[in-house]
Amino acid sequence: MREENCSCARRFADINDLGPLRQILERYRGERGALIPMLQDAQEAYGYLDEKIMRELAKGSGYQLSQLYGVATFYTQFRLKPIGEHLIRVCHGTACHVAGAEQISEEIYNFLGIRDGETTEDGQFTVESVMCVGACSLSPIMIVDEDTHGKLRPSDVRKVLKRYMRDGGGKEDE
Amino acid sequence: MSNGKTKLVLGYGTCGIAAGAAAVKEALERELETGKYLAELDIAGCMGFCFKEPIVEVISPDGLSVVYGDLTPKKVPQLLESHLLQGRVIDEWVVKRSDDPSAGEGDFLAHQHRIVLRNCGIINPESIDEYIATGGYEAARKALTSMTPEEIIGEVTKSGLRGRGGAGFPTGTKWGFARKAPGDEKYIVCNADEGDPGAFMDRSVLEGDPHAVIEGMIIAGYAIGARQGYIYCRAEYPLALRRLEIAITQCRERGFLGKGIFGTEWDFDIKIKKGAGAFVCGEETALIASIEGKRGMPRPRPPFPANEGLWGKPTNINNVETLANVPWIIRHGGEEYARLGTEKSKGTKVFCLAGKVRRTGLAEVPMGMTLRQVIFDVGGGIRGGKEFKAVQLGGPSGGCLPASLLDTPVDYEAITATGAIMGSGGMIVADSTTCMVDLARYFLTFTQAESCGKCVPCRLGTKRMLEILERICRGEGEPEDIGKLEMLAQDIKAASLCALGGTAPNPVLTTLRYFRNEYEDHIFRKKCTAGVCPALITLYIDADKCSGCGACAKICPVGAISGKKKEPHGIDAEKCIRCKLCLSRCPEEAIYAE
Ligand SMILES: Cc1cc2nc3c(=O)[nH]c(=O)nc-3n(C[C@H](O)[C@H](O)[C@H](O)COP(=O)(O)O)c2cc1C
Repeated sequence: MREENCSCARRFADINDLGPLRQILERYRGERGALIPMLQDAQEAYGYLDEKIMRELAKGSGYQLSQLYGVATFYTQFRLKPIGEHLIRVCHGTACHVAGAEQISEEIYNFLGIRDGETTEDGQFTVESVMCVGACSLSPIMIVDEDTHGKLRPSDVRKVLKRYMRDGGGKEDE
Repeated sequence: MSNGKTKLVLGYGTCGIAAGAAAVKEALERELETGKYLAELDIAGCMGFCFKEPIVEVISPDGLSVVYGDLTPKKVPQLLESHLLQGRVIDEWVVKRSDDPSAGEGDFLAHQHRIVLRNCGIINPESIDEYIATGGYEAARKALTSMTPEEIIGEVTKSGLRGRGGAGFPTGTKWGFARKAPGDEKYIVCNADEGDPGAFMDRSVLEGDPHAVIEGMIIAGYAIGARQGYIYCRAEYPLALRRLEIAITQCRERGFLGKGIFGTEWDFDIKIKKGAGAFVCGEETALIASIEGKRGMPRPRPPFPANEGLWGKPTNINNVETLANVPWIIRHGGEEYARLGTEKSKGTKVFCLAGKVRRTGLAEVPMGMTLRQVIFDVGGGIRGGKEFKAVQLGGPSGGCLPASLLDTPVDYEAITATGAIMGSGGMIVADSTTCMVDLARYFLTFTQAESCGKCVPCRLGTKRMLEILERICRGEGEPEDIGKLEMLAQDIKAASLCALGGTAPNPVLTTLRYFRNEYEDHIFRKKCTAGVCPALITLYIDADKCSGCGACAKICPVGAISGKKKEPHGIDAEKCIRCKLCLSRCPEEAIYAE
């Protein structure tokens, strides 16, 4: 029973394809304070900021490579390593913490066999703890790709994640 | 709206969508396509009843409005059939109805006074016409065509409006500084970074009524002499960002933004800047650095942004909620606004009710209302009939207040006197299952991770405090730890460069002040009475309740649970890692922590 929240939409450009990068450089040419939006766009296009992309950005924009890395490592949004097909973000804001976000994370770790910040061996999932996503009234919350799942019980986690699995997670075991 | 059609308004903010509003929308559209109903569908932002999402308001041609909650796609055909065709309201699903304020959760709104949220959940945030129909952009037109900048600033000063971003600085005074600052090139910045965990009012306003914020910025820009505005919005709010973009485009088309706006000589435009995930960027000097494309680190003030801000030019920074108040004040007058509230805190404040309160959602109340009224009358008290233990105000910069302080009014000075702060409006309610030491540890984890590292007291001080708190939660607390925490807290508060460090110890200080016994339980008795801290609890199975279904044993990652089928199970405390996975699996709720 595979649902239609297909992962294909999240496919990223290959880091050897510099087309998207040229467009980004063009978009911000001459604009003041464009460093962060440039990195954001690059990450959106490639999924992460590979060293190759960073070097090309530095070359094309005139910023120092150290400036780019300085900014990329300061802000939590930027990642220097690729992520899995699906990104699971578990909210650990105050309301979620009080509502048992820890249990939600434990459940995911236990199910997928990875811990915070890691990617499953088959490359399907990356799990990340994030600070408040501002949907506190529905705590606890996890966001898979762009879908927010609220008022979660730890026992819901497997069912939700199975919907994103390549093989639909096999048959229900509950 | 007398085209004879019933209007269906679906709550379509982040909270609604997360609760399943997209599927409900499809179901509604499918039903309407059948042609059976004389009705049209519209969307709106969050009405505030987040706990009842997905929500749809049904407005009949005669004006009767009934709000239904907890909708599912399955309920949609029945709802339309009953309400629209048979004229029968389905009472069990009613959240609120206009002809009977006592129905459903109607009293949630009865105690509120909505100025900032005046349009949220009512108009379609993606339609400038709906905003204009409520009197939108009249204030901006009035300000630009018939008031001098000084008159506008005078009106805002008279209103007593204070910054809703946390610090509570008088808005009119701040505008006055930026106005008087020498220079032609000035900026107005809207702070929509909303990094405080537990706060979502700015998101709700941006998603539900983006034009109100834009109108506030137009007025502020004209008042201080800024022709360019920036909205710095966190990237975690994609829907807010999209609605802002739509709103800005609409404004340009109408001549409300751009060259010669509202038919005057005045030029004003707005750019959106997306945050990149750093809490400290909510601090104004760090925010400026971030817009300039740098690492978002605060710098010492003075010089204040009013004199030296973005690109070194005079800059005025205001919070989303502050700006959303402005059009109302210009339309209705500062005096009218100042009628609400206390001597020094005027108007209203929006709070985000979350945690163990029954009605989680958005509440806008007049200043001066007590915390008890907000939590019990508006919020409906504690969920599941449990006992109130604490309310956390102001996020990582704020504090936890006990039941004995529930009669504190919502007022900047009164709340500060308790050791907490009004803050941005997060209000997280805790019951007996929340451990206050763990909560303090939680906040320090946050501030420690978000400390930008520029100044030593914040970078290292919060780290030391966190280490002590972690130790206490692990059951390794030492008798002198409480004194050490207090000493560190004092120094960090006194010596940090910005308010991130300056307020980081507040959650610890307030829990030490009001819940000291819990620290002592952890340190001396090695007990976590709330049953939260893993090292200090033991999990048990209540043999009287256990049905022997085996669900717990199946999920246990370390094989600590055993028992015969259909017979009470037991947990091997030696093996148990207290991950609590079993707790949520037990259909009998037979597993408990002590
Ligand atoms: C660490 C830190 C984080 C802050 N985060 C925010 C924020 O997310 N939103 C906000 O409006 N103000 C935030 N502030 C307060 C701003 O520095 C500033 O006071 C405010 O934006 C001014 O607007 P106001 O006068 O309308 O409140 C923060 C301050 C600090 C020290």
